[in-house]
Amino acid sequence: MNVIVEVGYLIATVSFLGGLKFMSSPKKAKTGNLIAAIGMIIAVLCTFLALKSNSIPTINLIIVLVAIVLGSFAGKRMASKVEMTAMPQLVSLFNATGGGCAMLLGIIEAHQLDANSSIIGIQILLLLSLITGAIAATGSIIAFRKLAGKTKDNRKAVIVIASRTLLALIFIIPIVYFLGLLPISFEILTYTIAFLSLSYGILFVLPIGGADMPVVISLLNSITGIATALSGFVYGNKAMIAGGIFVGAAGILLTLLMCRAMNRSLLKVLAGKFKKTTLSGDSEDQNIKSISISEITMQLSFASKIAIVPGYGLAVAQGQHLCGQLQKLLETKGIQVDFIIHPVAGRMPGHMNVLLAEANVDYDLLKEMNEVNENMKQYDMVLIIGANDVVNPAAENKPDSPVYGMPIIKAYESKQVIVMKRGMSTGYAGVSNDLFGMDNCHLLFGDAKDSLQDIVNQLKLI
Amino acid sequence: MEFIQENLQTIYFVIFCVFIGIEVIANVPAILHTPLMSGANAISGVIMVGAVIMLFQIPPTNYLLLVLGGIAVFLGALNISGGFFVTGRMLRMFNSKK
Repeated sequence: MNVIVEVGYLIATVSFLGGLKFMSSPKKAKTGNLIAAIGMIIAVLCTFLALKSNSIPTINLIIVLVAIVLGSFAGKRMASKVEMTAMPQLVSLFNATGGGCAMLLGIIEAHQLDANSSIIGIQILLLLSLITGAIAATGSIIAFRKLAGKTKDNRKAVIVIASRTLLALIFIIPIVYFLGLLPISFEILTYTIAFLSLSYGILFVLPIGGADMPVVISLLNSITGIATALSGFVYGNKAMIAGGIFVGAAGILLTLLMCRAMNRSLLKVLAGKFKKTTLSGDSEDQNIKSISISEITMQLSFASKIAIVPGYGLAVAQGQHLCGQLQKLLETKGIQVDFIIHPVAGRMPGHMNVLLAEANVDYDLLKEMNEVNENMKQYDMVLIIGANDVVNPAAENKPDSPVYGMPIIKAYESKQVIVMKRGMSTGYAGVSNDLFGMDNCHLLFGDAKDSLQDIVNQLKLI
Repeated sequence: MEFIQENLQTIYFVIFCVFIGIEVIANVPAILHTPLMSGANAISGVIMVGAVIMLFQIPPTNYLLLVLGGIAVFLGALNISGGFFVTGRMLRMFNSKK
């Protein structure tokens, strides 16, 4: 009997790895997801098999089955109802559930441990999984509320100081306890630590700015993974360890990738700091040239290859479907359209790709920044919609600019640039954009969705 | 020290997992980063396995722990099913004519 269980966990572990491996191409990714899901079902079934021989109280069995059925239905319902623009919120919410599960597990296990005095190693692992789980749970809930616009950034010094104090306490209290200087039971210690970690999770995400959310979501995701791996260690369950570590690795990789794409260190993001510019005022001597819809339509119809650079502003304006329409319309006229997507476009890694895929844009047209940056001159026109900092040439040639060093899409090298903007406001980094004053750049003011609609309408008439 | 010696095999396993995981995930293209993240999120729901093991061991008279355990299993199941379903839904939208 036990052999089957062990083999089952082995299959589950391999399927997680295989599933992630299949994610390397959009064609195979669906199969990958299926493989990982089947692996998960096998892992759960094996858990039941392993415990069948023991006598399980009926009430426990009923609770487990009811909880699994309710959870699965709730999850399916939430997954099928969510809007693609709200994907970052949903992922944060699911992440919170994983973290919450890890934390509750830690608390329950602590009760069980108390009966039979166990080794210190297990207790430390238990506490670590409890801490990481709790931080991921409340942190993700705050991230969810921020993404949904329900909670505002709060950079008050009190919060920063309080969160650091909490973090210090979370480490100091267990150390004091294990040195034998704290006369409380392990149970009470776990409750105290759980409470402190939950509060820390809240305070840790509160000061972080909205545009830094891609970093935070990735980081919290990785923390949940680590919590899973740690509690896998406590149970000696290899499927849990492997699954947790893969998730942790994915989260860390994406976190670092996002930080690099924003040219900010992880520590600065977490501190909620960003360099404020002192270089205001140089936008006045820019030679801003605006352009009309009909001129754009005319030039589009003469172009042979254009690119669209979408930013978060496009998603806010709900313009991704019109972008898809525009692309199809141009394609029927024999004009090739590429989408160039900066890694931090959207509110989570790869968010913009999903939004455009939803708008039926062929994924072969979705280009990464590095793929096309060498060859920007091939584009007769680059349409920038709702993006700002990611196309600012100051990142390359102005060492004193706050965005200096950030990798950008070299839109300015193309034959012509059109920027769709609401007004002359600056981007997230608060710097003026040198691109706007360049000779080959024109601005189209107005709501991105309305402008796109007008362009599509006029193109249909040609 | 004793703890490390007893669990040496698991520690080796952890180290290999870290490196293999990084290697595999580094190959995922930026276009699939959102599905990767939600898929990974679903995989981290494997924590539910731990919750189920735990719940089977709780004495049936300890109602507080039973409730906590039930919530833990519910949250885990929510994470797994939601994560895989939403990843599948996203991936179905990625299409190519080629």
